[in-house]
Amino acid sequence: MEILMAFVIGILFMSATYLMLSKSLLRIIVGTGLLSHGAHMLILTMGGLKRGAAPLLGEHASSYTDPIPQALILTAIVISFGVTAFFLVLAYRAYQELGTDNMDRMRGTEGND
Amino acid sequence: MINFLILPILIPLITGVLLIFAAKRILLQRWIAGLSSVITIIFSALLVQKVRNDGIQTLDVSSWEAPFGITLVSDMMSALLVLTTSIVAFACLIYSFWSIGEAREKFYYYPAFNFLIVGVNGAFTTGDIFNLFVFFEVMLMASYVLLVLGGKKAQLRESIKYILVNVISSALFVIAVAYLYSVVGTLNMAHISVRISEISQEVQPGIITVIAVLFLIIFGLKGAIFPLYFWMPGSYYAPPAPVLALFGALLTKVGVYSITRTYTLFFYHDIGFTHQLLSILAIMSIIAGVIGAIAYWDVKKIIIYNIIVAVGAILFGISAMTPDSLSGSIFYLIHDMIIKAALFLLAGIVIAIAGTSDLHKISGLIKRYPGLGWTFFIAALALAGIPPLSGFIGKLLIVKGGFEAEQYWGAGIVLMSSLLVLFSIMKIFINGFWGTPRAYKTEDKVPVRKMMIAPVILVFIAVLYGVGSEYVYPYISQAAETLANPNIYIEAVLKEY
Repeated sequence: MEILMAFVIGILFMSATYLMLSKSLLRIIVGTGLLSHGAHMLILTMGGLKRGAAPLLGEHASSYTDPIPQALILTAIVISFGVTAFFLVLAYRAYQELGTDNMDRMRGTEGND
Repeated sequence: MINFLILPILIPLITGVLLIFAAKRILLQRWIAGLSSVITIIFSALLVQKVRNDGIQTLDVSSWEAPFGITLVSDMMSALLVLTTSIVAFACLIYSFWSIGEAREKFYYYPAFNFLIVGVNGAFTTGDIFNLFVFFEVMLMASYVLLVLGGKKAQLRESIKYILVNVISSALFVIAVAYLYSVVGTLNMAHISVRISEISQEVQPGIITVIAVLFLIIFGLKGAIFPLYFWMPGSYYAPPAPVLALFGALLTKVGVYSITRTYTLFFYHDIGFTHQLLSILAIMSIIAGVIGAIAYWDVKKIIIYNIIVAVGAILFGISAMTPDSLSGSIFYLIHDMIIKAALFLLAGIVIAIAGTSDLHKISGLIKRYPGLGWTFFIAALALAGIPPLSGFIGKLLIVKGGFEAEQYWGAGIVLMSSLLVLFSIMKIFINGFWGTPRAYKTEDKVPVRKMMIAPVILVFIAVLYGVGSEYVYPYISQAAETLANPNIYIEAVLKEY
């Protein structure tokens, strides 16, 4: 199971890298979304995909899945939500102000001469 | 007094939350922010003294014992860095009063400022690797806001690049934590260190080396080391002077601190590969930094590239791993935080007076503003490391440690870099301050005297730090001792080991 997950995560990272190297800003943000999906699934996988009950003590099971990675993922998810929301609004503002979403045309020249 | 070490995180946090409610009342905001900043300095200084007297302070949050809960750890290095952060923050804060402008102040400038300090102080104090990630995000989120606040075209453009780079490096951080967790099964830094030394008794497994390099890439992206500094000159060019001073003094130094922490606490078993790599990258950073610093004719760019030089010099000291070079690095780290903030604030005044940062268009400032000129001159000499001033001892110890570790090339390049750093900063002094005075359109509106308060305080501290290095040295060597001998740290955190 872990090997399958590793391949899936690898494909996610590959797509994320490809998208983040493109010119359009929206594609880049979609890429960051895929990258954080990959990172979150990686935490889950690296914590071990052993079979066990959901980490609820009411289940009275003999073994549970590891609760730590789930807590880490939850933290990482809300953080990446916050950052992505900020990034999207920033992209919207930048589109209004600069009139382009093409990263090639977002060059600055001040101070470079 | 048991919760003492959380105060430098808690006070700015509460202040930031309170200031959100007082957003439109600028004077009230200034008073609250200023007072809380002074209180933070007092408590950080007391914390340094407490660590000096009683050894490493630890706090198990909610009384969950060490490897299971989050533990906050204040050893001498983090206590000193927290104190320096508080001082730099205070200086940047009072500088902002007269330079940042009402429009920004009304739109949550001071809350964001305080949250940035929360993130930085937290990152310096935490003893948990995932908590370090969270404090990094607190710091970065506040820095995104501070960078884009004002919404000028250049700020929007550079914020996009800055956020993209940091989103990627944060994702890499999560990935690295996941790898490390799957190898050692714990998140507490001291416990990670114990587990790593258990599995690397004879030879360090390859996977630990891979994770070490991954951490170097992540923290190198935050701290702007050689191949990963590409985002910095552009991004740091955009924000106004006090924000730039905060960024230049604090943000990259958190990356440097994290490299120091991980490379002295976790990955010290096989220093042949990882520390060699760190040393090469550090030297390349110095070279790349001085090339940038001497190439530009722009006040901000020159100082921005000098950050990269300093990061390289500090990391070279860390990579040598001798007691001398470690204490030299800590010395230099603290010096550099203070002096970079002072230089950016002074450059901010110069730019405010001249209305441009192009050195070709500035000249003769010392005729009209002698105080500004001489303060800048002292700061420049301190940056280059002229003996009575603060940059000297650090660099001396780094070079000495480099020679002891038989890294002659590296130590030689650190020495040579001082010359070029001096050249680059004197270029600002000679071209900007000497020559025939000019009249600038906007200069009458600039409250130079008031704006000078903060950089004068910082330069004064830098001079004291250099002159009184005899008194500072015991603190620094205590910090270096913990770095050189991780068992002190581990014993303080995990009582039974």
